[in-house]
Amino acid sequence: MSENGNGKKELVEIFVDGQPVKVLPGINAIEAAKVAGKEIPHYCYHPKLSVVGNCRMCLMEMGTPMRDRETGEPILEEDGSQKIGWIPKPVIGCSTNVSPGMHIKTESDLVKDCREGVMEFLLVNHPLDCPICDQAGECSLQEYAMDYGRGYSRYEERKNVKPKRTRLGPRVTLDDERCVLCSRCIRFGQEIADQDVLGFVDRGSFSTLTCHPNKELDHNYSLNTVDICPVGALTSTDFRFKMRVWFLKESPSICTESSIGANTTVWSREGTIHRITPRRNDAVNDTWMTDSGRELFNQVAADTRLTSFQIGGNSADATASIEEATGLLSKGKTAVVASCHQSVEEQFITRKIADHLNSSVYIARHLGKGDGLLLSEDRTPNTRGALLNGLTDNLPTEDLSSLAEKIDSEKVDTLLVCREDLTRVGLSEAQLEKVKLVLLDTQTSATASHADVQLPALTVFEKNGTFVNLNFRLQKFSQAVPGPAGLLPDTLILSKILSTLTGESFPDSPATIWKSLSQSNSNFKGIDFSSIPTDGIQLEKSAFDHIDFPEKQSLKYSPAAITG
Amino acid sequence: MPGKTKVLERKPLSLAERTYLPQIATGLKTTLSNLFEKKVTREYPEQPPPIPDGYRGVPTLVKDPNGREKCVSCQLCEFVCPPKAIRISPGELDETGETAHVEKGPEEFEINMLRCIYCGLCQEVCPEEAIWLQNVYSLSGYTREEFVNNKEKLYEMGGTLPDSHFKWDKKKSAENEGNPHH
Repeated sequence: MSENGNGKKELVEIFVDGQPVKVLPGINAIEAAKVAGKEIPHYCYHPKLSVVGNCRMCLMEMGTPMRDRETGEPILEEDGSQKIGWIPKPVIGCSTNVSPGMHIKTESDLVKDCREGVMEFLLVNHPLDCPICDQAGECSLQEYAMDYGRGYSRYEERKNVKPKRTRLGPRVTLDDERCVLCSRCIRFGQEIADQDVLGFVDRGSFSTLTCHPNKELDHNYSLNTVDICPVGALTSTDFRFKMRVWFLKESPSICTESSIGANTTVWSREGTIHRITPRRNDAVNDTWMTDSGRELFNQVAADTRLTSFQIGGNSADATASIEEATGLLSKGKTAVVASCHQSVEEQFITRKIADHLNSSVYIARHLGKGDGLLLSEDRTPNTRGALLNGLTDNLPTEDLSSLAEKIDSEKVDTLLVCREDLTRVGLSEAQLEKVKLVLLDTQTSATASHADVQLPALTVFEKNGTFVNLNFRLQKFSQAVPGPAGLLPDTLILSKILSTLTGESFPDSPATIWKSLSQSNSNFKGIDFSSIPTDGIQLEKSAFDHIDFPEKQSLKYSPAAITG
Repeated sequence: MPGKTKVLERKPLSLAERTYLPQIATGLKTTLSNLFEKKVTREYPEQPPPIPDGYRGVPTLVKDPNGREKCVSCQLCEFVCPPKAIRISPGELDETGETAHVEKGPEEFEINMLRCIYCGLCQEVCPEEAIWLQNVYSLSGYTREEFVNNKEKLYEMGGTLPDSHFKWDKKKSAENEGNPHH
């Protein structure tokens, strides 16, 4: 790889089907052809895994400029143009790296023949399962059979029979007949998840993917093998036979499991979420996410969900509840408990409310064990947002014992609690009894049972907003499904409280809040909500270098101590 | 324009015409002749009309000659249905049952006949030949709910149709005897 003075890689010019195109040095022909807008079909190649070249689908023709062996002078055609030395046989695109002046052919007759041949062999023993196969609609085999296949079968013998429902692990079911032996799942286990339990046994057309005896594919990243399976061999036990993918609406979202902020796609139909899959972001999560993060959508329809506005335990309408809440907050000696589960916009308004009430803000931290990959120690999605918003100067505290003391000493008699169960962070139910409590949360908790005013909140799947992940990357999530009937977005509730308190109107949607936010907070200067790209914006983080964050090394994060 | 208007002379009616009798006789003759001709109407609904081949009546689900439900709930009909009349809840078949090798079948299958436009796309798109438009064309009921045909009703109306493929039986026999793995 050549680098120029700026440390920027110099581009290499190659020719894809005669078209000159400049690409990064060192990438392979599949990626290079993608830059040129040409597709080289492939099964086993995956941009984030090692190259093995065993599917042979990416066969193409390749040639390099000819040079005289002795003098090194370019050999020219009769018309004076550079002579290309074509390799007489096709080569595979995935393990062919680009070199200057390289020519590749992706559409020649030879290449088409190769693809038809490979497709024919892959389909020889492939079952006619498409009507019952969960991969139908997003299956490489289906797509390539249409685009590059022969269109009919010459095979008349009986197809091979392999096990149809092998349980590989608690979340993955294997249908061996559909497997095209690409080995992506095996490499994923070896290279990413560090649990090498899958492998091929038997030979030839009897080759079968199996799990090591007495072991299970049970690591917390097992469902990524389902995502990268180009066919319907590995299926999610949870999503199996639930819904055809062509009915599902895709909404870009952010995983709230930890401060990693993995980019996700939420797949829903008519207001019901059916699955969550990772969305590629090379700066955050590559193409992976945790299994545990995929289960978070269950909170949307959980029995414990708060679904009504309540005053003193009795259902009330939204306006009355917000007015009652405002009344309580303005009268008492109020403290605000904010949360790192709130979006940047919600934290911004919470800060404003606290400023107006002249009350102090408490935030509790929620730590767990990290796995060094895509599950970080900080189990909240937006700690950095709280810092940037000035909700807190330092890290959230382990528990809220200081708040408990103030309640005991009667310095605080009213609480505005956002997205937090106080009984889990150091407060007793007796202390909650003493204070007037306004709660904004999604799930029932011991705190909710003491709330004088209960304001039901929306989950991340039901609203728009932004989080700031552990690398200070500002990332946007979009609403996937409508919230339960009658519920209002958190930003609207908080903004109504603020505007009732101050008597001035305040913006209540993320887009309008961002206009105010980007003006008043230099950390977010010049950012417009609608123009935040799907892969996020890297924010300036040097101001927080002095903070000793709890996160340890993970896929895309290094603690400051290590990086120096 | 004088000269261009032609004034017709109106003749007085003859005696026969004034009695109306010949006209009545002519009319009765027509009536009487129809009495002995073949009827052009039928006593609907007691006498239903003959249904031509390929008629697109009510969509139903059918079973194969062995009584296996053919639908595997691939939901292509639900997808293709222009008025969105079809609603399927897919489910997994019992792993120990006779049809375990089919793996998937509809838990519930509803066709809303108030929405259905009898276009036949569902039958055309079905990869398992499980949904057929049959001869029944006249539906009646008192409530909207009566017009939503559930799975049970769809099979009751559909019955059994001959099958030329027996795709899944072949699959099962291959599993039992074909190309052993070891």
